[in-house]
Amino acid sequence: MTKRTNSDDKLRPEFNYIVDLVKSGSSVLDLGCGEGQLMKALQERKHARVQGIELSDTAVQACVEKGLFVYHGDLNEGLADFNDHSVDYVILTSTIQVLQRPDLLIVEAARVGKKCIISVPNFGYWRVRFQLMFEGVMPRTSNLPYQWYDTPNIHLTTINDFKRFCHENDLGILAETYLVMGECDCTRVSFLPNFFADYGIFVLEQRSAT
Amino acid sequence: MITSELGSVGIVETQYFTFAEPPNELQLDCGRKLGPITLAYETYGQLNADKSNAILIIHALTGDAHVAGIDPADDTHKPWWDTMVGPGKAFDTNRNFVICSNCIAGCKGSTGPSSINPATGKPYALDFPMLTIADMVRAQKELIDHLGIKQLLCVVGGSMGGMQALQWAVSYPEMVRLAIPIASTARLSPQAIAFDAVGRHAIMGDPDWNGGNYYGAVGPAHGLAIARQIGHITYLSDKSMHQKFGRDFQDKIKPDYDFVTEFKVESYLSYRGESFVGRFDANSYLYITKAMDYFDLAQPSGDLRKGLSAVKAAFLVISFSSDWLFPSYMSKEIVSALRRNNVDVSYAEIQSDYGHDAFLLEVETLTRLITNFLEYAVPRSTDD
Repeated sequence: MTKRTNSDDKLRPEFNYIVDLVKSGSSVLDLGCGEGQLMKALQERKHARVQGIELSDTAVQACVEKGLFVYHGDLNEGLADFNDHSVDYVILTSTIQVLQRPDLLIVEAARVGKKCIISVPNFGYWRVRFQLMFEGVMPRTSNLPYQWYDTPNIHLTTINDFKRFCHENDLGILAETYLVMGECDCTRVSFLPNFFADYGIFVLEQRSAT
Repeated sequence: MITSELGSVGIVETQYFTFAEPPNELQLDCGRKLGPITLAYETYGQLNADKSNAILIIHALTGDAHVAGIDPADDTHKPWWDTMVGPGKAFDTNRNFVICSNCIAGCKGSTGPSSINPATGKPYALDFPMLTIADMVRAQKELIDHLGIKQLLCVVGGSMGGMQALQWAVSYPEMVRLAIPIASTARLSPQAIAFDAVGRHAIMGDPDWNGGNYYGAVGPAHGLAIARQIGHITYLSDKSMHQKFGRDFQDKIKPDYDFVTEFKVESYLSYRGESFVGRFDANSYLYITKAMDYFDLAQPSGDLRKGLSAVKAAFLVISFSSDWLFPSYMSKEIVSALRRNNVDVSYAEIQSDYGHDAFLLEVETLTRLITNFLEYAVPRSTDD
């Protein structure tokens, strides 16, 4: 995953933008919730009713320690337990690129959530392009820190690819936020995001099949 | 986090509560009535002023009320979950009032087939009515009422104790704030019923069983020992047997080519079987395993979600990766039904090689999960 370890449990700066997108008092399902930092922030700042799904047993324990409700399971198994539009927001932060079939889970997430917040590392970011073009190596950035042989990121996307996917799957993009990550902060990008942003946050909604 | 010293609850005394005196006998699922009923129970810690810190711990098939501490009457009587109950432990007796009672049909002080039937002046034996897990919970509820507790902070148990924890949340939803079924199921699998049935056949096929009328005589020691051995096989895992026994011989390095107990695993099972005979009643084993076999919270509709629709408690469901008697899918089935019912639930599968027995052995991970769940989990019904 692109998730950085957060031993001090501090909220990653890009998560603040996600917290801002959630309406107060909502129900939230965080898929691949890690140690629950985002869920905790949503619970505290937005009084959200949160639950998560997480594969790592130590992360599950960390969630329980925070008083969060979490299911120890594999996202590749799907979301069959959840009815259509049964939660206000389904959230996938930096998770889709590690899934076997991100397309299936995104469609599922949009079925279960009234809205869906998905964040992706952008493989179209200029540093990524430059490393491949001028150095001829597999790109590594702070957001994509792995070597080619040990990366869990098996389905990387660019912002443009992701938007095209949404369009092709009848997912309306209600809001989009583009960021470039610094050491301990991140800055919003509005100009040529597929080139200058290394992170995109999308709010999606299933378009009615009328 | 808990900062107090880990400790023992010290000397505890088993207490007895008798209720359902005729004509107010307890109505049972089988249609019959039972009374009077005595429950043996132990308590640890202090009930607080608003009676909001009570935790009911429920034992498994062959357990008893002695979950922690020292039995002054019998120092060979080991508490079955002393690692989890006590000052500073997962069920912290500095903060909580912990209750554990022997189930009805048992033989550890509560009314069961070895108890005297007041109608005849002789042990019930097979005149004892057939019981269900729900009946066991009905009896426990009388005890909790007697203690003046309106709502339990938590109901927790492993294996059959977990079934009862689930049943509590279904039967008395207002009385359960948090529930923790561990290595358990909402319906016993045909595989587990099969093992129970073979155990019962071993007992009932023993000539000394004598149709259940063996009190005052030898009793079906051989059959009961075999039943226990079968049980023990199902509580271990392939890997834990490799680690514990391997293919080693007991007290020798090469075989003698005969049918005496040779392998270490054989010796272990023989020992477990024999030591069980001295402490457990064969008819209790028949009745309790049958109650487990009948357990199916999906009935009558067949839909577990409907069966669990009354639940209000928040749940922590725990399973163990190597448990093949109550495999993780059974816990996931509970979680799935609860989630569909919009109940707050956490699920954790603990990686362990200990098989079903892991619920008694994986103390560190269980402590971490349970301590925090009890501390922080707030069910939505009381949060609103």
